[in-house]
Amino acid sequence: MMNLLIILIPVFPLLGFLILGLGFNRIPKKITSGIGPGTVLLSLSGSLIVFFHLLSGGGSGTPNRIVTNLFEWISFSGFSVSFSFLIDPLSALMLLIITGVGFLIHLYSVGYMKDDPGYNRFFAYMNLFVFFMLLLVMGAGYLILFIGWEGVGLCSYLLIGFWFKNQEFNDAAKKAFIMNRIGDLGFLLGIFLLFTTFGSLNYLDIFTRAQGMHPGTVVITAITLLLFAGAVGKSAQIPLFTWLPDAMAGPTPVSALIHAATMVTAGVYMVARSNILFVLAPATLMTMAVTGLATALFAASIAIYQNDIKKILAYSTISQLGYMFLGLGMGAFTGAMFHLTTHAFFKALLFLGAGSVIHAMGGEQDIRKMGGLGNSLQKTRWVFLMGTVAIAGIPPFSGFFSKDEIFSSVFVHSFSFWIIAVTGAMMTSFYMFRLYFLTFSGKFRGTIEQKQHLHESPSIMIIPLVILAVLSIAGGAINLPGFTGGSARLQSFLAPVFAGSMPFLKGPVNALDHYTEWLLAGISVVYVGIMILVAWFRFVKKEPELKETVVQKSFLPGLLSHKYYIDELYNSLLVRPLSGLSKGFHEIIEKKIIDKLVNGIGALVIRAGNTIRYLQSGHVGFYVFMMVAGIIAILLFNLVI
Amino acid sequence: MTSITQSMQFIPIGYYLFFCTMLFCIGVTGVLIKRNALLILMSIELMINSINLLLAAFSTYLNDPAGQIFVFFIMVVAAAEVAIGLAIIVVIYRTTHSIDIDILNKLKW
Repeated sequence: MMNLLIILIPVFPLLGFLILGLGFNRIPKKITSGIGPGTVLLSLSGSLIVFFHLLSGGGSGTPNRIVTNLFEWISFSGFSVSFSFLIDPLSALMLLIITGVGFLIHLYSVGYMKDDPGYNRFFAYMNLFVFFMLLLVMGAGYLILFIGWEGVGLCSYLLIGFWFKNQEFNDAAKKAFIMNRIGDLGFLLGIFLLFTTFGSLNYLDIFTRAQGMHPGTVVITAITLLLFAGAVGKSAQIPLFTWLPDAMAGPTPVSALIHAATMVTAGVYMVARSNILFVLAPATLMTMAVTGLATALFAASIAIYQNDIKKILAYSTISQLGYMFLGLGMGAFTGAMFHLTTHAFFKALLFLGAGSVIHAMGGEQDIRKMGGLGNSLQKTRWVFLMGTVAIAGIPPFSGFFSKDEIFSSVFVHSFSFWIIAVTGAMMTSFYMFRLYFLTFSGKFRGTIEQKQHLHESPSIMIIPLVILAVLSIAGGAINLPGFTGGSARLQSFLAPVFAGSMPFLKGPVNALDHYTEWLLAGISVVYVGIMILVAWFRFVKKEPELKETVVQKSFLPGLLSHKYYIDELYNSLLVRPLSGLSKGFHEIIEKKIIDKLVNGIGALVIRAGNTIRYLQSGHVGFYVFMMVAGIIAILLFNLVI
Repeated sequence: MTSITQSMQFIPIGYYLFFCTMLFCIGVTGVLIKRNALLILMSIELMINSINLLLAAFSTYLNDPAGQIFVFFIMVVAAAEVAIGLAIIVVIYRTTHSIDIDILNKLKW
């Protein structure tokens, strides 16, 4: 019974995709509005049942899990891959995030995409995405994870380039796809290496065998580094992060679902899933922590000088993902998953709120042309403020608890890392409040037509926003840390998944006494608060300085507003030499060698024909003579041989 | 009283082979050197009949009647072919007033 239910969870969105995809535009919009969110709602209810079944200890064995075998997929001598699903606390949590947040975003899209000619196509892609994402988290082995991994990449491509008539959007889609491909190559190699090392691709087999291995083994380090390369691509870390800001070309619900809440967190999920492998490779953990920290700081600093409302949120996503990887690198798997969960709530909220703003502004995304929207968009303003406070890390909003958990685990390991991380958090609060103040406070800076167009979004868009706002406020309750008197429920729920790797971690994660934890939390909150005040002074009290020239003049802001010239660097370092090389190949090998060869063969045939055609004299007798002579020649030839 | 089969088998197969080859070569030579279309047609008949004879001989030696059945088929086909060939020659004669094949040299580049 439970097995059937588990199989049905991904089947619903797949059916939705098939119906909407094959029906194309023949299905009326009203039915699409039912099918699109409806299938995800069905999956959500299935996930909820499975979740509570697990919560009540319904799985088999001590590590609470259910394995569902669908069929033997590949099977020949010494190699077999079964298509099976593994449901344990980790995947159950991901299921709830994907279907829950996914359902809300689908609901929101019904309003947001109402007038789009590609309405059915949009929901078909979205349902397909949910299907692949569910496959990714439910798979019981790396191969099924990889199917989902590539599938969500495909859907990301399709949805970034959803408005495919715009060439820029197409380029953004291609960029996302190609950059992901670089990471995926590493990921695939990692899977190959896993198979040659362990002889299986099943999680449970690999993890059982890995537990007997020695920490720091070269092969494990290589595997984890390769897997991490995949995560770097999918989760937009340095150096493969430049696709995510461009990915904002897609419709806003896509940015919320794929490029904030779910797909980009697939890398975090994958590392958390393979936690045993990663703790066996301290070098990889360190690489991951440094990469995460660098990305968190780097992206946060870029976000300060961006003016596109969605790009700011995109850089913020990169930065928050960096924190998750920092947490993973420190061995705080629960902290990373906790932050993933709360981030899914508040970042989906922020993106959908931004979508509501863009909707009201008639497609305008530049915050310099906004301002004072709080008066006409009352509801959007409040939910957006909730999201902003949550991401800034003010207690008791959810972002505070999840970020604090990562920070305290960082503090245990390294004081300097902690300082950098807090600096990043300060930047986060600054750019988020800059965004909030510039958008919702002050005077309106747009055109008069835009001002008359301003309107609050319909309730089908507001309701998901309110639900997400409630989740962003109260989401921290799922894992209240010990020092606040909470019971850390998420930690104990996820504990069986991470139990195997605990003995390998050096310091115990919760080594701090309550006094230190209060102090750490206090310090970061105070600094975050100061940054909010600074933002208030600069963008509300004083007239905000928004002229392009002022920013360009000084060195650091100029550097930041150009995103450290990373895109330009990649262009001149990789893209241009590569296109130059292919141009060279085109000029020399294609034109001078291959073309000449092919044309030469043609010319040879024509010339030979011109010469030999005089043999055709037209005399039948001559033809017969040639025939007989030929036969005799063949006979003689046979005699000789 | 010996049967036809036995009396034919009395002559060694080699003789038949040699005889038929000769007959065939005469036919080929006729086709090659004659310029009269009628004579060429007759030479072709000669070649066909040498093959017929060979088939009959082999069928006797191998005690397999299939070869002789074939001979009948070939005869029918040859008769039809001669009819067509003669008709073509008649048409050629009507248009060119000659049956010299060297006049017919239009089949060239």
